[in-house]
Amino acid sequence: MKILVCITHVPDTTSKINFIDNNTKFDTTGVQFIIGPYDDYALARAIELKESSGATVTVLNVGLADTEPTIRKALAIGADDAIRVNAVPTDSYFVASQIAGHAKGFDLILMGRESIDFNGGVVHAMVGEMLGVPAISPVMKLDIDGTKVKMAREIEGGKEYVEANLPLVAGCQEPIAEWKIPNMRGIMSARTKPLKVVEPKVVENSIVAQKFELPPPKGAVKMISADNVAELVTRLKTEAKVL
Amino acid sequence: MTTLVFIESADGKIKKTSLEAVAYAHAMGGLVVAIALGTIDKPELDAVGKYGATKVLHAADTKLDHPVIQVYASVLIQAMEQESADNLILANSSLGTPVAAKVAVKTGASFASNVVELPTTTSGFVVKRSIYTGKAFSFVEMKSAKKVIAIKKNAAELKETGAAVSTVPFTPVLNDADFNTKILSTEKASTEISLPEANIVVSGGRGLKGPEHWGMLEELAKTLHAATGCSKPVSDMGWRPHHEHVGQTGVKVAPQLYIAIGISGAIQHLAGVNSSKCIVVINKDADAPFFKAADYGIVGDAFEVVPKLIAAIKASK
Repeated sequence: MKILVCITHVPDTTSKINFIDNNTKFDTTGVQFIIGPYDDYALARAIELKESSGATVTVLNVGLADTEPTIRKALAIGADDAIRVNAVPTDSYFVASQIAGHAKGFDLILMGRESIDFNGGVVHAMVGEMLGVPAISPVMKLDIDGTKVKMAREIEGGKEYVEANLPLVAGCQEPIAEWKIPNMRGIMSARTKPLKVVEPKVVENSIVAQKFELPPPKGAVKMISADNVAELVTRLKTEAKVL
Repeated sequence: MTTLVFIESADGKIKKTSLEAVAYAHAMGGLVVAIALGTIDKPELDAVGKYGATKVLHAADTKLDHPVIQVYASVLIQAMEQESADNLILANSSLGTPVAAKVAVKTGASFASNVVELPTTTSGFVVKRSIYTGKAFSFVEMKSAKKVIAIKKNAAELKETGAAVSTVPFTPVLNDADFNTKILSTEKASTEISLPEANIVVSGGRGLKGPEHWGMLEELAKTLHAATGCSKPVSDMGWRPHHEHVGQTGVKVAPQLYIAIGISGAIQHLAGVNSSKCIVVINKDADAPFFKAADYGIVGDAFEVVPKLIAAIKASK
């Protein structure tokens, strides 16, 4: 079985978000980039499948050369080879088109439920539509039985159990697998694993980000004594008007 | 201009965020056609007109009672064709968002999810999206003639603007191949208030010391008609189910009031609650980082403060 895992290269979840150039560009100063946490779950499940059933795992990232350390980390975790589509991942449709262009021949296409930078949460659905195969997300459990895939998908207030045939696309989230940490052997071997750089196919952007904005700063917290809890209720009613 | 709005329902009841989607479409102007799929209570359908729909299509085939994403996408595409709709608006959800994405690919529409405000049209058609898990916003221009927009909770104000409208049956062609993804079963806590839709959320963290202490939190939630949530460690330890986990890798909530009890306020938790209108933090550690993100704070032991709070709310009713 051939598995494609699509990863994003995103700011660490603890990053402080700032913009530069008149709020048109993300400020990368001091920001640590990581494999998207949801993508990390997808990768971990793919590696488990590789270990249990001898699948091959290819990682794909749409990004410029600065994402290569992130791709190498995925190789260190256990992926066999990698593809980098040499382009800025501008929007979901663009990224989905690039992935679809390389996904043929793969039985299972895994990725995170969403990227934690632009939070579109739709690349998996778009790739599925482009390839004409099922796309399921957010998947919390995924087991393969021959050509059938049984999954648990999180829905509002519960879970939905679904079954579909390979090939398919899945957007993953916890607890599909435990995150894997690369070991020294993995890190050494990742250096020489194949990483193919390909140019993007031409796709016209149908949405364009014009500028960014930070939320307004929060006012100072109003502290209330633990001996006077009734005051909190009064303030929530008359001041905040939320009760 | 004609805008189609997808009405999502659960157990025959229309979701509030779907009515917000109707209000959003109405505020954009033009004709608003709503579409509901599967079995839905009739009074619920009648109410859709009040929020601005000029027509309601109902595809009542019981085959549509199970929301298979591919099937729903095909039905919406057929409805857009029949109505010559320019736009599709719906609420972000585990069903709506992937359905919207498929419709957008198929129809060549520009697509934006997590939209938080009405569009501006002074220089192109521009929507404001929530990005970096609520830590920032981006303004994106949607360039295609057709547009598909998935809105976040509170993107449009719910107000009754019109009268009840009649429902028109809609009979789409259902393609067997679209049913290839089978829903085997659904596990759902049906009595509780839906966490993503709740106006008030009460969340507990490790400070509650164990799942056996959740009764207190549930009582507070019941008193406030609130949904219950929890921090990541709490769901990781199995004290509470994963669908209650609020945060960066869990549910993102946007209630009027968020009450955090015994949660220190890690940045990943804040990412899930930063769209809340008002945040109350109860924690015995005065240095808990959550106080910096709160509107109101009480330093105290949850086991003493929460019962007092329940009593004070009951007394004020």
